[in-house]
Amino acid sequence: MKSYVEAASAVQTADTAVVRGPNSVVVRLSVNGTVRNMLIEPRVSLLDALRDRLDLTGAKKGCNQGACGACTVWVDKRRVLACLTLAITCETREVTTIEGLSDGVDLHPMQQAFVTQDAFQCGYCTPGQIMSAVAFLAEGHAADDAQIREWMSGNICRCAAYPNIRAAIRQVRDDAATENPDAAG
Amino acid sequence: MRPVSYSRVADVATAIGTVAADPGSAFLAGGTTEVDLQRIHVSRSRRLVDINDLPLRQIEELPGGGVRIGALARMSDVAQALPIRRRFPMISQALLLGASPQLRNMASIGGNLMQRVRCGYFRDVVAPCNKREPRTGCSALHGVNRGHAVLGTSEHCIATHPSDVGVAFMALDAVVLTQGPGGQRQIAIDDFYLVPGDRPDREHPLAHGELVVAIEVPPTPMASTSLYLKVRDRESYEFALASAAVAISLHDGTIDDVRLALGGIATKPWRARRAESVLTGAPATPETFTSAAEAELADAIGHGMNDFKIELARRTVVRALRMVTGDPQLHDGMAEGLLSEDGSGPADGSGPADGSGS
Ligand SMILES: Cc1cc2nc3c(=O)[nH]c(=O)nc-3n(C[C@H](O)[C@H](O)[C@H](O)COP(=O)(O)OP(=O)(O)OC[C@H]3O[C@@H](n4cnc5c(N)ncnc54)[C@H](O)[C@@H]3O)c2cc1C
Ligand code: SF4
Ligand code: FES
Ligand code: FES
Repeated sequence: MKSYVEAASAVQTADTAVVRGPNSVVVRLSVNGTVRNMLIEPRVSLLDALRDRLDLTGAKKGCNQGACGACTVWVDKRRVLACLTLAITCETREVTTIEGLSDGVDLHPMQQAFVTQDAFQCGYCTPGQIMSAVAFLAEGHAADDAQIREWMSGNICRCAAYPNIRAAIRQVRDDAATENPDAAG
Repeated sequence: MRPVSYSRVADVATAIGTVAADPGSAFLAGGTTEVDLQRIHVSRSRRLVDINDLPLRQIEELPGGGVRIGALARMSDVAQALPIRRRFPMISQALLLGASPQLRNMASIGGNLMQRVRCGYFRDVVAPCNKREPRTGCSALHGVNRGHAVLGTSEHCIATHPSDVGVAFMALDAVVLTQGPGGQRQIAIDDFYLVPGDRPDREHPLAHGELVVAIEVPPTPMASTSLYLKVRDRESYEFALASAAVAISLHDGTIDDVRLALGGIATKPWRARRAESVLTGAPATPETFTSAAEAELADAIGHGMNDFKIELARRTVVRALRMVTGDPQLHDGMAEGLLSEDGSGPADGSGPADGSGS
């Protein structure tokens, strides 16, 4: 067994990084395809920037500590938690929120399936559930209900609408498979 | 959250130099620990140095069967990487059984190694806590300690180390590669995690500004039939009450070689060396597994609410060993739902995640 602590040559290092903040700085975010500038402090979370600065109140603040998934959005198409992401770290990335999902007034198939399957009660967790569910189908692990349960576990529903949420996800999965059999996961 | 300033760095030397020069600064990777702890004032950095642009995301196969994982590779990407799934299923499973899909997309492997404990008193700035505030006392000793450790504790701290993948790394003798103001180091994983002793505020041997650049897992042929078993209060999105990472090599029913590490029950990812020595050379029977579990837990100390963990840990060890040796009497749905058996799930379209979970 290796058990060693080894030291080697020193590296040339220096503090040459540009410092921004702690006071407000201009942060440039691309959200749902539109670039927006805002004056915020570096400590502002992506969730607060979206909700309080850009009036995109779809993403919800449930726990503000990574434990519920209500704040789920996409950064560069990957589902992440906006509450534990600092807005300033997203400057070169593309942010997508529930507001960017529909095509004008035409709902995204997952939004429509949530309506059809009655997949919510109070609706507080729903934007996070939908952003998570669309990303999850793209990730391609939705073969069976056990996988849906496991890979959607990052979105808690206090109303326990889980059976209907799973039904909505199955509906979108199966409709996509019928439309495009080659791409079925 | 208190005010912080922010720097984004593009190369390793600047990252190290920037943090090393400023005692009030910290690296920011996925932020899933750092932003959380800043917000509740447990972390008090005045400056965050964003390291996400550093070129440290590769997952490379090493000649001979090992693998090198860049510190900024995301938990989700490491779990899906073919060399990891083929050679080290226990790493893939430990990652997929941790946190949630969203958190795994954010969290880096280096950050995972560096994550802080989940002790409720550590996270509550008004509670005495030796780890957060040296010499103030440990509120958990006589407090709510159901989640706390039974091995590796001291009278100064009994917090459980929360990492899952750290347990797999411990079983596999991984090596942490760092680069800091003093140069480069290779630190054996067992030396990387410190037990609390009388300095629970010290969790690892890194200097301020020392950057984890990669984790190397040495070739371990028997790890291709390894697994990670995690026992917890709910089936997903929850830390372990007890867990075991195990790899085994059998010959005619006798254990040639074995690796076993435990999580959820100790102050650091716990290499079960006593159990390993009971197992090595012995017949792979439930009786052997039970003696091994008893040997490992012999010195365990409960603190009241967590007494049950001693028995739970024994049973977790026995179950993990029965699973990895393919005990036909076990119908275990442990790895259910992680990845498709037919391989249709993950984007790389590869085969099953493991040869043991079904
Ligand atoms: C709700 C929740 C549930 C969770 N469940 C689990 C679980 O079940 N199992 C599990 O294992 N984990 C779990 N975690 C912990 C999670 O895995 C860690 O928070 C994550 O891995 C940290 O990585 P990061 O990249 O986000 O680190 P950051 O938060 O960016 O950094 C963490 C710390 O490490 C330092 N750091 C980061 N990168 C480096 C580096 N390369 N070199 C040196 N220092 C560095 C930072 O300065 C900081 O102090 C959970 C977290 C949350 C919030
Ligand atoms: S167990 Fe450790 S982290 Fe928790 S209160 Fe005691 S000293 Fe602090
Ligand atoms: S608000 Fe972000 S996870 Fe709960
Ligand atoms: S619908 Fe109420 S929390 Fe999910």
